[in-house]
Amino acid sequence: MAITTTKSAFRKGIADAAPFVLVIVPFSTLFGILATEAGLNVFETLAFSVVVIAGAAQFTALQLMQENAPTAIVLASALAVNLRMAMYSASLTPYIGAAPLWQRALAAYVTVDQSYVCAMAQYEKEPDMTIRERMSYFFGCVTPIIPLWYLFTLVGALLGTQIPQSWALDFALPITFLAMIAPMFRTPAHVVAALVASVTALAAAAVPYSLGLILAGLAGMIAGAQTELWSERRAQRAAL
Amino acid sequence: MIDKTTLWIVIIGLGIGSFGLRFVFTGLVGDREMPAWLLRHLRYTAVAILPALVAPQVLAPAATGGEFDPARFTAAIVALAVGVITKNVLLAIISGAATLYGLLWLLG
Repeated sequence: MAITTTKSAFRKGIADAAPFVLVIVPFSTLFGILATEAGLNVFETLAFSVVVIAGAAQFTALQLMQENAPTAIVLASALAVNLRMAMYSASLTPYIGAAPLWQRALAAYVTVDQSYVCAMAQYEKEPDMTIRERMSYFFGCVTPIIPLWYLFTLVGALLGTQIPQSWALDFALPITFLAMIAPMFRTPAHVVAALVASVTALAAAAVPYSLGLILAGLAGMIAGAQTELWSERRAQRAAL
Repeated sequence: MIDKTTLWIVIIGLGIGSFGLRFVFTGLVGDREMPAWLLRHLRYTAVAILPALVAPQVLAPAATGGEFDPARFTAAIVALAVGVITKNVLLAIISGAATLYGLLWLLG
């Protein structure tokens, strides 16, 4: 379905991000449950999810606070887990940098793994979208994600019981991310970037504060860019 | 028990810090031209960082205490393969989930 208006862009964003409901619901519920188990009241738990909206960073902060880590360490570690958001921001800039400031600020607040990957897949597939269509699409992607993040944090906080481990909900995240990036492997450079990043992430698993992830991301990006340059040069030589 | 002051410092600090990370480029760079070499690298951000996020969980899931789990590994491969072949995200998720639950049930 090609996008023809900003309204259809918004609707397509909602439809494309809908599968992420399967991830958001269990993870926000789990955060609500764990936060109340750690002694937070319902208001504090919900405030945490509304102010921060970052699953992995929230779990990290909660874990460290329970271990009585110094506040500065809690903040630094949780922000390190979230450092990839700066990379997302950089990679979104060529596509949405020309939007009005308030829209960019709002988009920044709701930039999470899911809205980012959803938007990037679409922007790369249809490079001719206007800025307004891109923003409508982005806010469409966010619509099935963020309200449910709030709502099911609240549900988890009120529920307060453990989800049985046999449901294997830990694996909802890897499966949905893999499904979402699979269609993005359009060139050998994309495949090389993913392989190099995965291998680096495994090799750097022992690097503290999730900084191994950032190293892996950078390694993958360099590998992808180099492969792109190499194939361009080869194509030029073949043309001569 | 988590100290209430610490908790609110963390919530607010993490909120401001996370927003800063998300806004740093879209907000400050805006529509200014970025150099070609940087754009070339940024094209690969999504396909690099998301697999890097997932790879350790695929090979050494926290849920099994970091032990390799054939059910989770196969489910990940199936989701990826179906996604690459069909380009259909929902079908890939359903195939991956069906594989996971099928194998968890079979392997007990």
